[in-house]
Amino acid sequence: MKKIISMTVMNRPGVLNRITNLFSKRNYNIESISVGLTEQEGVSRITCVIHVESDREAEQITKQLNKQIDILKVTDISDQAIVARELALIKVLSTPQTRNELYALIEPFRAAVIDISKDSLVIQITGESEKIEAFIELIKPYGIKELARTGTTAFPRGTQKPVNTQKTYSIV
Amino acid sequence: MLQQAAITESKAKAKMVTGADLLLEALEKEKVEVIFGYPGGAVLPIYDKLYDSKILHVLPRHEQGGIHAAEGYARISGKPGVVIATSGPGATNIVTGLTDAMMDSLPLIVFTGQVPTNVIGSDAFQEADVLGITTPITKYNYQVRNIEDIPRIVKEAFYIASSGRPGPVLIDIPKDIAASVSKPPEEQEIKLPGYQPTVQPNYLQIKKLSEAVSRANKPVILAGAGVLLSKASNELKEYAEQQQLPVIHTLLGLGGFPADHKLFVGMAGMHGCYASNMGLSECDLLINIGARFDDRLTGNLQFFAPHATVAHIDIDPAEIGKNVQTAIPVVADAKEALKQLVKQNGKPPVHGEWLEQIHKWQEEYPYYYGESAALKPQKVMEMLYEKTTGDAIVVTDVGQHQMWAAQYYQFNQANRWVTSGGLGTMGFGLPASIGAQLADPDRCVVAVLGDGGFQMSTQELTVIKELNLPVKIAIFNNLSLGMVRQWQEIFYDKRYSHSKIPIQPSFVKLAEAYGIKGYEINTAEEAEVILEEVLSNREPVLLDIRIDPHENVYPMIAPGKGLHEMVGVKP
Repeated sequence: MKKIISMTVMNRPGVLNRITNLFSKRNYNIESISVGLTEQEGVSRITCVIHVESDREAEQITKQLNKQIDILKVTDISDQAIVARELALIKVLSTPQTRNELYALIEPFRAAVIDISKDSLVIQITGESEKIEAFIELIKPYGIKELARTGTTAFPRGTQKPVNTQKTYSIV
Repeated sequence: MLQQAAITESKAKAKMVTGADLLLEALEKEKVEVIFGYPGGAVLPIYDKLYDSKILHVLPRHEQGGIHAAEGYARISGKPGVVIATSGPGATNIVTGLTDAMMDSLPLIVFTGQVPTNVIGSDAFQEADVLGITTPITKYNYQVRNIEDIPRIVKEAFYIASSGRPGPVLIDIPKDIAASVSKPPEEQEIKLPGYQPTVQPNYLQIKKLSEAVSRANKPVILAGAGVLLSKASNELKEYAEQQQLPVIHTLLGLGGFPADHKLFVGMAGMHGCYASNMGLSECDLLINIGARFDDRLTGNLQFFAPHATVAHIDIDPAEIGKNVQTAIPVVADAKEALKQLVKQNGKPPVHGEWLEQIHKWQEEYPYYYGESAALKPQKVMEMLYEKTTGDAIVVTDVGQHQMWAAQYYQFNQANRWVTSGGLGTMGFGLPASIGAQLADPDRCVVAVLGDGGFQMSTQELTVIKELNLPVKIAIFNNLSLGMVRQWQEIFYDKRYSHSKIPIQPSFVKLAEAYGIKGYEINTAEEAEVILEEVLSNREPVLLDIRIDPHENVYPMIAPGKGLHEMVGVKP
């Protein structure tokens, strides 16, 4: 199962190395990792997407991460209401004939063309991983020359909906 | 005017300090008594200052010996052991010791020299990426980038190494930083917002545990080295007596609970005693205090404590639930948790039959060994126990002799036992005995070694002579790498691939070459006389004890088997 782990860390040299080292030492599998600054000076946020066999394994990972002295807080946010976004840049082949078709695909995904050359376009798309994956699938037949993804970055929403809210259906 | 300026300038100059000055000052502040260090190019500025220092400096003959000595010191004194090594090879030579200390939770402060800041990353002479190499094998590591940070970093390092679950902390100091000059920096506070060990237990968890104890019919305590590290022996005894709980030890926990106590069961694990392993297999409540459910203790997890509700007291939350599902987790310092448990004063469990059962197991299936013409190592270990009245510090290497020491030497007090458990480092014993003796100078220290492990750190004999440490070196010589030989005998069809080492130097002559008295012991009678003589004086001595080369360690649990599947329980 997929888990999203969000952590705040001290922005010190070698901190990312400590984390990736821990993952390889403990034999954990990272799907993506993204790092960036936060509103606090000297504190960075790292978002990891990992694959685990069980909840117990995920718990072990958060505990081991928590032990790291440079890590301030670790939260497994997979089960919370979160906002998660990823950015992808896709360089896709485009001839004058296919250009319009591509534009038609780009629009509903709210992606943007950020560079055009004689035979290719660069598309920028942001959103949740699933959306990006769907878009890539769609664009593949045109010929992807290059692809770069940032990995997910995420944090919990300001308002947490109570978990397991029953959806109500109207029978009328 | 000019004169005044000159005076202020000279005053300012007089106040200037180097990085090395700051370092030694910080060590003195931490009341460091002894440094195990080996000089080299990158630490020359530090060594120049050490020349005038009051701190005792011990020069091992190999950096690995230095760090093992520091481990022995840390284990016995309870204070961090301090090590200095130079850059490059000096630093890589301490990698084994760091890993060993990390596995066995020993507090160490290790300083490594580094090439000057301007050439870091250029593959300079004696450069190694020490931070990269040691990140997974230290609790924390630093590279000093500014001279002003030295006092704070040293303070933080001592705090990190000795608090929470102890461990080694490494500080990498580039040569130019140690040599550079600055005004004495202002005092900086410790800045560790991400490090706050939980010391006090959660009251509700303690209550839950206390109630579980009252309800249990077959409770046991499994006490690990956490009891020793938190100095909780008295509290453990008080609690076990209050609730009449039998106490089982891990290898590293020995001494946490007196072995001559009627509630003491014995050591559990691969070579543990029958009563302990059966106790773990049959109990209905298992209270783990400061042990980490190592695979050498649990055997096959599938068969481990199948009927038990598991409670686990540990200061490291990551150890709880790591290997064994835990119903009652208590994150706390062992001493604090035990104090709280005693205070609860819960109703003791009704478990008379269970205690009787354990005593019956103990009586029916004690450790045993056969008689033969050849000298039995177990016999010698028993003699060592008697002749030191059980009060010696026993330091071991790794292998068969280590298991015999754990089985036959009865540890009735804390801080009498130094061994490499988690990592199982051969070559550990001899240097560790140096550190142990320095930590407790008046006590008898016996270094129980095998002939293999001894030859991995023979060079440290010089240090024993140099400091005239009265260490009693007892080599249990079976002309082989005994534990490897035993496994090859049992699991590899007696194909003794490279485990027999009959060609050896004369250890007695070797000892004499180092200026240490040596004796060869071949029979029990000789052992009787020679042990009596050498254990009563305060001289270092080396004993080459020729034991039965065919002797194996029993009982034994084969890898992949459960604790209840011991072999060699009975003659």
